[in-house]
Amino acid sequence: MTCKEFIALLDDLIDGSLAAEVRTEIDGHLNRCSHCQVIFNTTRKTIEIYRSHEIYELPTGLRDRLHSAIMAKCKGCK
Amino acid sequence: MALVERVRGGDVSAYDTLVRKYERQVFRIAQHITQNREDAEDVVQDAFLKAYEKLDQFQGNAKFYTWLVRIAVNESLMRLRRRRSGRMVSIDEDVETEEGGVPRDIADWAPDPEQNYDQAELAEILRKTIQGLPQGFRIVFVLRDVEGLSTEETAETLGLSVPAVKSRLLRARLQLRERLSRYFRKKSDRRKKRAGAPAEDGGEK
Repeated sequence: MTCKEFIALLDDLIDGSLAAEVRTEIDGHLNRCSHCQVIFNTTRKTIEIYRSHEIYELPTGLRDRLHSAIMAKCKGCK
Repeated sequence: MALVERVRGGDVSAYDTLVRKYERQVFRIAQHITQNREDAEDVVQDAFLKAYEKLDQFQGNAKFYTWLVRIAVNESLMRLRRRRSGRMVSIDEDVETEEGGVPRDIADWAPDPEQNYDQAELAEILRKTIQGLPQGFRIVFVLRDVEGLSTEETAETLGLSVPAVKSRLLRARLQLRERLSRYFRKKSDRRKKRAGAPAEDGGEK
Protein backbone atom coordinates (compact mmCIF):
# COMPACT_ATOMS: atom_id res chain seq x y z
CA MET A 1 0.00 0.00 0.00
CA THR A 2 1.29 3.47 -0.85
CA CYS A 3 0.76 6.63 1.23
CA LYS A 4 -1.62 7.93 -1.44
CA GLU A 5 -3.71 4.78 -1.21
CA PHE A 6 -3.68 5.12 2.55
CA ILE A 7 -4.98 8.71 2.40
CA ALA A 8 -7.82 7.59 0.11
CA LEU A 9 -8.92 5.14 2.81
CA LEU A 10 -8.32 7.48 5.76
CA ASP A 11 -11.96 8.49 6.26
CA ASP A 12 -13.16 4.90 6.21
CA LEU A 13 -10.45 4.02 8.72
CA ILE A 14 -11.46 6.86 11.04
CA ASP A 15 -15.15 6.05 10.68
CA GLY A 16 -14.51 2.34 11.29
CA SER A 17 -16.13 1.25 8.04
CA LEU A 18 -13.33 -0.83 6.53
CA ALA A 19 -13.54 -4.51 5.64
CA ALA A 20 -11.30 -6.73 7.81
CA GLU A 21 -8.82 -7.58 5.04
CA VAL A 22 -8.33 -3.92 4.08
CA ARG A 23 -7.89 -3.08 7.74
CA THR A 24 -5.08 -5.63 7.98
CA GLU A 25 -3.38 -4.10 4.96
CA ILE A 26 -3.74 -0.62 6.46
CA ASP A 27 -2.35 -1.74 9.80
CA GLY A 28 0.67 -3.14 7.96
CA HIS A 29 1.22 0.20 6.25
CA LEU A 30 0.83 2.11 9.52
CA ASN A 31 3.42 -0.11 11.19
CA ARG A 32 5.93 0.74 8.50
CA CYS A 33 5.11 4.39 7.84
CA SER A 34 5.54 6.96 10.61
CA HIS A 35 4.36 9.70 8.23
CA CYS A 36 0.92 8.12 7.79
CA GLN A 37 0.75 7.27 11.48
CA VAL A 38 1.04 10.98 12.26
CA ILE A 39 -1.55 11.87 9.61
CA PHE A 40 -3.94 9.31 11.03
CA ASN A 41 -3.50 10.33 14.68
CA THR A 42 -3.68 14.07 14.10
CA THR A 43 -6.68 13.84 11.77
CA ARG A 44 -8.51 11.78 14.36
CA LYS A 45 -7.54 14.33 17.00
CA THR A 46 -8.78 17.17 14.76
CA ILE A 47 -12.25 15.65 14.64
CA GLU A 48 -12.25 14.86 18.34
CA ILE A 49 -11.23 18.39 19.29
CA TYR A 50 -14.01 19.97 17.20
CA ARG A 51 -16.53 17.52 18.60
CA SER A 52 -15.63 18.16 22.21
CA HIS A 53 -15.35 21.97 22.17
CA GLU A 54 -18.38 24.10 21.63
CA ILE A 55 -16.97 27.04 19.71
CA TYR A 56 -20.29 28.77 19.15
CA GLU A 57 -22.11 28.62 22.43
CA LEU A 58 -25.65 29.81 22.81
CA PRO A 59 -25.66 31.70 26.11
CA THR A 60 -28.64 30.99 28.37
CA GLY A 61 -30.00 34.56 28.18
CA LEU A 62 -29.96 34.60 24.39
CA ARG A 63 -31.33 31.08 24.25
CA ASP A 64 -34.31 32.05 26.40
CA ARG A 65 -34.93 35.18 24.35
CA LEU A 66 -34.83 33.28 21.05
CA HIS A 67 -36.96 30.53 22.47
CA SER A 68 -39.67 32.93 23.63
CA ALA A 69 -39.63 34.73 20.28
CA ILE A 70 -39.99 31.45 18.36
CA MET A 71 -42.85 30.21 20.50
CA ALA A 72 -44.67 33.56 20.35
CA LYS A 73 -44.45 33.52 16.55
CA CYS A 74 -45.58 29.91 16.32
CA LYS A 75 -48.56 30.52 18.57
CA GLY A 76 -49.52 33.48 16.41
CA CYS A 77 -49.19 31.75 13.06
CA LYS A 78 -51.86 29.03 13.18
CA MET B 1 -41.72 10.97 16.42
CA ALA B 2 -44.34 11.17 19.14
CA LEU B 3 -43.50 14.85 19.70
CA VAL B 4 -43.92 15.69 16.01
CA GLU B 5 -47.26 13.88 15.94
CA ARG B 6 -48.42 15.82 18.97
CA VAL B 7 -47.49 19.13 17.30
CA ARG B 8 -49.36 18.06 14.18
CA GLY B 9 -52.34 17.40 16.41
CA GLY B 10 -52.22 21.01 17.61
CA ASP B 11 -50.15 20.64 20.79
CA VAL B 12 -47.88 23.72 20.75
CA SER B 13 -46.20 22.73 24.03
CA ALA B 14 -44.78 19.67 22.24
CA TYR B 15 -43.13 22.04 19.78
CA ASP B 16 -41.69 23.94 22.72
CA THR B 17 -39.90 20.70 23.70
CA LEU B 18 -38.64 20.17 20.13
CA VAL B 19 -37.27 23.71 19.97
CA ARG B 20 -35.47 23.26 23.31
CA LYS B 21 -34.00 20.01 22.08
CA TYR B 22 -32.47 21.37 18.87
CA GLU B 23 -32.01 25.15 19.20
CA ARG B 24 -28.34 24.92 20.20
CA GLN B 25 -27.47 22.73 17.23
CA VAL B 26 -29.36 24.97 14.81
CA PHE B 27 -27.59 28.02 16.22
CA ARG B 28 -24.18 26.37 15.82
CA ILE B 29 -24.86 25.36 12.22
CA ALA B 30 -26.12 28.85 11.39
CA GLN B 31 -23.03 30.44 12.96
CA HIS B 32 -20.72 28.15 11.02
CA ILE B 33 -22.38 29.09 7.74
CA THR B 34 -23.14 32.78 8.22
CA GLN B 35 -20.18 33.50 10.53
CA ASN B 36 -22.26 36.28 11.96
CA ARG B 37 -23.96 36.27 15.34
CA GLU B 38 -27.00 38.38 14.39
CA ASP B 39 -27.63 36.37 11.25
CA ALA B 40 -27.38 33.16 13.23
CA GLU B 41 -29.96 34.43 15.72
CA ASP B 42 -32.32 35.28 12.87
CA VAL B 43 -31.75 31.91 11.24
CA VAL B 44 -32.67 30.10 14.46
CA GLN B 45 -35.98 31.97 14.65
CA ASP B 46 -36.79 31.68 10.96
CA ALA B 47 -35.86 28.00 10.71
CA PHE B 48 -38.03 26.96 13.65
CA LEU B 49 -40.92 29.08 12.48
CA LYS B 50 -40.69 27.67 8.96
CA ALA B 51 -40.47 24.11 10.28
CA TYR B 52 -43.57 24.74 12.36
CA GLU B 53 -45.50 26.18 9.45
CA LYS B 54 -44.45 23.39 7.09
CA LEU B 55 -44.75 20.49 9.47
CA ASP B 56 -47.52 19.03 7.29
CA GLN B 57 -44.93 18.58 4.54
CA PHE B 58 -42.56 16.67 6.80
CA GLN B 59 -42.35 13.02 5.72
CA GLY B 60 -42.62 10.73 8.70
CA ASN B 61 -39.93 8.39 7.38
CA ALA B 62 -37.21 11.07 7.62
CA LYS B 63 -35.71 12.24 10.89
CA PHE B 64 -37.19 15.52 12.13
CA TYR B 65 -33.71 16.75 13.02
CA THR B 66 -32.32 16.12 9.52
CA TRP B 67 -35.31 17.88 8.00
CA LEU B 68 -34.86 20.83 10.38
CA VAL B 69 -31.15 21.04 9.57
CA ARG B 70 -31.94 21.23 5.86
CA ILE B 71 -34.24 24.20 6.54
CA ALA B 72 -31.57 25.84 8.73
CA VAL B 73 -28.85 25.39 6.07
CA ASN B 74 -31.08 26.95 3.40
CA GLU B 75 -32.04 29.83 5.67
CA SER B 76 -28.36 30.42 6.49
CA LEU B 77 -27.36 30.49 2.82
CA MET B 78 -30.21 32.91 2.10
CA ARG B 79 -29.06 35.19 4.92
CA LEU B 80 -25.51 35.09 3.58
CA ARG B 81 -26.74 35.96 0.11
CA ARG B 82 -28.66 38.92 1.49
CA ARG B 83 -25.59 40.13 3.36
CA ARG B 84 -23.57 39.92 0.16
CA SER B 85 -26.22 41.99 -1.60
CA GLY B 86 -27.70 39.34 -3.77
CA ARG B 87 -24.55 37.58 -4.89
CA MET B 88 -25.23 33.87 -5.27
CA VAL B 89 -24.07 31.77 -2.38
CA SER B 90 -23.97 28.03 -2.63
CA ILE B 91 -22.45 25.08 -0.90
CA ASP B 92 -20.24 24.58 -3.95
CA GLU B 93 -18.39 27.77 -3.24
CA ASP B 94 -14.58 27.54 -3.34
CA VAL B 95 -14.47 23.75 -3.34
CA GLU B 96 -12.06 23.68 -6.27
CA THR B 97 -9.15 24.75 -4.13
CA GLU B 98 -5.95 22.78 -4.52
CA GLU B 99 -5.16 22.69 -0.84
CA GLY B 100 -5.94 19.50 1.02
CA GLY B 101 -4.94 16.84 -1.47
CA VAL B 102 -1.68 15.48 -0.14
CA PRO B 103 -0.77 16.39 3.44
CA ARG B 104 2.29 18.61 3.64
CA ASP B 105 2.69 19.28 7.34
CA ILE B 106 3.43 15.93 8.89
CA ALA B 107 4.84 17.00 12.22
CA ASP B 108 3.36 15.17 15.18
CA TRP B 109 1.41 17.10 17.79
CA ALA B 110 2.15 17.44 21.46
CA PRO B 111 0.54 14.54 23.36
CA ASP B 112 -2.27 16.76 24.56
CA PRO B 113 -2.19 20.00 22.54
CA GLU B 114 -5.32 21.37 24.21
CA GLN B 115 -3.43 21.70 27.48
CA ASN B 116 -1.21 24.42 26.03
CA TYR B 117 -4.17 26.82 25.78
CA ASP B 118 -6.96 28.03 28.01
CA GLN B 119 -10.53 27.47 26.86
CA ALA B 120 -10.97 30.91 25.30
CA GLU B 121 -7.67 30.73 23.40
CA LEU B 122 -8.44 27.26 22.13
CA ALA B 123 -11.94 28.23 21.02
CA GLU B 124 -10.45 31.17 19.12
CA ILE B 125 -7.93 28.90 17.37
CA LEU B 126 -10.68 26.42 16.45
CA ARG B 127 -12.96 29.20 15.19
CA LYS B 128 -10.24 30.85 13.09
CA THR B 129 -9.14 27.55 11.65
CA ILE B 130 -12.57 26.35 10.59
CA GLN B 131 -13.58 29.78 9.29
CA GLY B 132 -10.69 29.57 6.85
CA LEU B 133 -12.08 26.46 5.17
CA PRO B 134 -13.98 26.84 1.90
CA GLN B 135 -17.72 27.04 2.60
CA GLY B 136 -18.46 23.78 0.76
CA PHE B 137 -16.02 21.86 2.93
CA ARG B 138 -16.94 23.61 6.16
CA ILE B 139 -20.64 22.73 5.96
CA VAL B 140 -19.91 19.07 5.23
CA PHE B 141 -17.44 18.85 8.13
CA VAL B 142 -19.82 20.56 10.54
CA LEU B 143 -22.82 18.41 9.68
CA ARG B 144 -20.92 15.15 9.50
CA ASP B 145 -18.28 15.45 12.22
CA VAL B 146 -19.56 18.08 14.63
CA GLU B 147 -23.31 17.50 14.48
CA GLY B 148 -23.05 13.76 13.88
CA LEU B 149 -25.20 13.33 10.77
CA SER B 150 -24.44 10.24 8.70
CA THR B 151 -22.87 10.57 5.25
CA GLU B 152 -26.23 9.79 3.66
CA GLU B 153 -28.08 12.34 5.83
CA THR B 154 -25.45 14.99 5.04
CA ALA B 155 -25.81 14.26 1.32
CA GLU B 156 -29.59 14.47 1.52
CA THR B 157 -29.52 17.66 3.58
CA LEU B 158 -27.17 19.44 1.19
CA GLY B 159 -28.51 17.99 -2.04
CA LEU B 160 -25.12 16.40 -2.80
CA SER B 161 -24.24 12.86 -3.86
CA VAL B 162 -22.72 10.50 -1.29
CA PRO B 163 -19.37 10.40 -3.18
CA ALA B 164 -19.31 14.23 -3.21
CA VAL B 165 -19.85 14.33 0.56
CA LYS B 166 -17.12 11.74 1.09
CA SER B 167 -14.66 13.62 -1.08
CA ARG B 168 -15.39 16.95 0.62
CA LEU B 169 -15.21 15.42 4.08
CA LEU B 170 -11.76 13.96 3.44
CA ARG B 171 -10.47 17.25 2.10
CA ALA B 172 -12.08 19.20 4.94
CA ARG B 173 -10.55 16.93 7.57
CA LEU B 174 -7.10 17.09 5.96
CA GLN B 175 -7.19 20.85 5.54
CA LEU B 176 -8.29 21.39 9.14
CA ARG B 177 -5.60 19.00 10.36
CA GLU B 178 -2.99 20.85 8.35
CA ARG B 179 -4.12 24.23 9.63
CA LEU B 180 -4.31 23.10 13.25
CA SER B 181 -0.83 21.60 12.91
CA ARG B 182 0.56 25.11 12.67
CA TYR B 183 -0.59 25.62 16.25
CA PHE B 184 -0.28 22.15 17.70
CA ARG B 185 2.95 20.80 16.24
CA LYS B 186 5.35 19.59 18.91
CA LYS B 187 7.40 22.33 20.47
CA SER B 188 10.61 20.40 19.66
CA ASP B 189 9.68 20.42 15.95
CA ARG B 190 8.93 24.10 16.11
CA ARG B 191 12.35 24.74 17.60
CA LYS B 192 14.02 22.63 14.90
CA LYS B 193 12.12 24.45 12.22
CA ARG B 194 13.17 27.80 13.59
CA ALA B 195 16.79 26.61 13.64
CA GLY B 196 16.54 25.63 10.00
CA ALA B 197 16.62 21.83 10.45
CA PRO B 198 13.84 19.75 8.91
CA ALA B 199 11.20 18.33 11.23
CA GLU B 200 11.07 14.55 11.46
CA ASP B 201 9.34 12.78 8.68
CA GLY B 202 9.94 9.83 6.45
CA GLY B 203 6.90 8.55 4.64
CA GLU B 204 6.81 5.61 2.32
CA LYS B 205 6.31 6.36 -1.33
